[in-house]
Amino acid sequence: MIGKDSKTLLDVQGLRATVNGIEILKGMDLTIKSGEVHAIMGPNGSGKSTFAKVLAGHPAYVVTGGSVQFEGKDLFVLAPEARARAGLFLGFQYPIEIPGVANAQFLRLAYNTVQTQHGKDELDPLEFDDFVREKMKLLEMNPDFLDRSVNEGFSGGEKKRNEILQMALLEPRVAILDETDSGLDIDALRIVAGGVNQLANKDNAVVLVTHYQRLLNYIEPDYVHVMDAGRIIKTGPKALALELESRGYDWVSAEARAGAGAAA
Amino acid sequence: MTAATNKSFLADLLAGRPTADRGDAMSRLRARAVERVGALTVPNTHDEDWRFTDISPLTRLSFQPVRAATKLSAADIAPFVLAEAASRLVFVDGIYAPQLSTPASGPVVLSSLAAALPVQAIAIETELGRMAAFEHNAFTALNTAFVNDGALLLLPRGAVAEKPVHLLFIATQKEVASYPRCLVVAGAGSSATVIEDYVALTEDAYLTNTVGEFVLGEDARLHHVRVQRESSAGFHVGHSAVSIAHGSHYHGVNVGFGARLSRYNLDMVQTAEGGECTIGGLAMVDDNQLADTHTTIDHTKPHGVSRQQHKCIVGGSARAVFNGRIVVRKGAQLTNSTQSSRNLLLSDRARVDTKPQLEIFADDVKCTHGATVGQLEADEVFYLKSRGLSDAAARSLLTYAFGAEILRQISVSELRQRLEQTVLAQTERA
Repeated sequence: MIGKDSKTLLDVQGLRATVNGIEILKGMDLTIKSGEVHAIMGPNGSGKSTFAKVLAGHPAYVVTGGSVQFEGKDLFVLAPEARARAGLFLGFQYPIEIPGVANAQFLRLAYNTVQTQHGKDELDPLEFDDFVREKMKLLEMNPDFLDRSVNEGFSGGEKKRNEILQMALLEPRVAILDETDSGLDIDALRIVAGGVNQLANKDNAVVLVTHYQRLLNYIEPDYVHVMDAGRIIKTGPKALALELESRGYDWVSAEARAGAGAAA
Repeated sequence: MTAATNKSFLADLLAGRPTADRGDAMSRLRARAVERVGALTVPNTHDEDWRFTDISPLTRLSFQPVRAATKLSAADIAPFVLAEAASRLVFVDGIYAPQLSTPASGPVVLSSLAAALPVQAIAIETELGRMAAFEHNAFTALNTAFVNDGALLLLPRGAVAEKPVHLLFIATQKEVASYPRCLVVAGAGSSATVIEDYVALTEDAYLTNTVGEFVLGEDARLHHVRVQRESSAGFHVGHSAVSIAHGSHYHGVNVGFGARLSRYNLDMVQTAEGGECTIGGLAMVDDNQLADTHTTIDHTKPHGVSRQQHKCIVGGSARAVFNGRIVVRKGAQLTNSTQSSRNLLLSDRARVDTKPQLEIFADDVKCTHGATVGQLEADEVFYLKSRGLSDAAARSLLTYAFGAEILRQISVSELRQRLEQTVLAQTERA
């Protein structure tokens, strides 16, 4: 929802980034305000996931230009863990399995780390257990998932639910969900989307990185952005996603090229 | 090192052996072993089996059998006691401590070997020294030359030991050599959990040289947890010899954290059709420690199953060695064997030598093995950091997880949790 007294949470200007020396982001601009839901769409290789990872601070990606302000501060002076503690969250496309660490142990460690940052008290295992079980209801997750190793042997849908559970626990200001819909069947998609909808509020923002319009039937974006060749080439309302679904991406790219030609 | 000093190291150790010949099984076994020690030399890095493990830090020192036994109180051993273990035998510097032990006399027999000898002469004479061959192993021969007591667990046919049995060996004195000995005979259809636990109440150098024999009858089940948490100046040389029969299952978990230098040999032989073994190993070393694990799984009959997973976590300038030999003899058809050796290096100076060895002489078998040596995955570290964990916390948790995957095979939860805490403390320190 676009609010009157919303604040700018994330301000991306001319962002450029490389991986293995190859430039993937080539001047990305995006402004995200509190209360908003953004969808970033685009063909494979357009840089959507790179954008998500650069924001979270993945070590393989090197920022070569531009700036990102997170709540008015330079994001790139912060280490990945400091970004997380400051309220930036990345929902992984492929969540990592950690055999040997109980999910409850991992979730509590993450939760307490972020709580401490906000000057709040840590929860002991018993207190945390009650707390996390409540949050799990939001995602219709079986409490058995607390005792299992982090993501180990989880189905695709279970892994994604576990990601949104982490979002629910960490209560980020900006959540970037990287292809959270990939690999989900229709029931899992509904549950995951329902969880995200309940977590979105007037003070935070959600960025959905997705290939498909399908997710947007469940989570209504305020803005739909189309990425191509490392930049956002078109921004529109929710209806743009439907148009992309029926017409593909080529026409947007052509339009962008024509626009660029006209401007030149 | 010359052969002469090798000889003198063994001869010096041998000097303190028990010499009384009581004409019993143990006296006869000792005599044979003494003779054998005389013919053997201390291994050096020219021996294929000791290529990666230079034991000169050990042979430079001298050790004597304990002269005056240390008197320990219940409070002294309290940190090691497991409430879950129904019965316990405690040995202090190799000497049986009856006042700290809770033996059992029936139907499951848990006793010191010496005390059981008059009653269980036949079982002891038949089994002691049978599995743990000492002809080619100087340390096993040395241990056998000293055998006059030890831990005995006898499970008659069908006996089920509901609660774990704890064999606790405590080192307390410097420059002492001790020779712990274990004999476990699991009759047909019996089942038990045995914890063989080496701990220290001293920070000085000493030598623990152990031999354990584990004989499983038909359909017997044995969960054998071996924990080596010697002092960081201690030396530990251990040998377990296991035999499995038709339908029996040996589930061994060996964990080594301690000792300046340790060597563990596990020899498992499948003596009848259809035996099964599961073996988990974890060596975690730091600073200038060295942990060497050599295992042999010998499938001599058809339809054997073995699953082995060994892990090493190596920090500082430490070294770990794993040599995992799997033998499938001619005629051992339809053997199913898997082995994995995974190793985590936490520093640039840490080193691992891992060597899987498959010797297959049957043509219809399924054997897989794999070995990896590496550092923590960058993607795993990033995942945890993206959830707010510091770099150090992320690395420590992942290192802990790497080890915990082996520890969770331990069914005694109290022990498992304590060992998990040990791993956690060590990873946080690293």
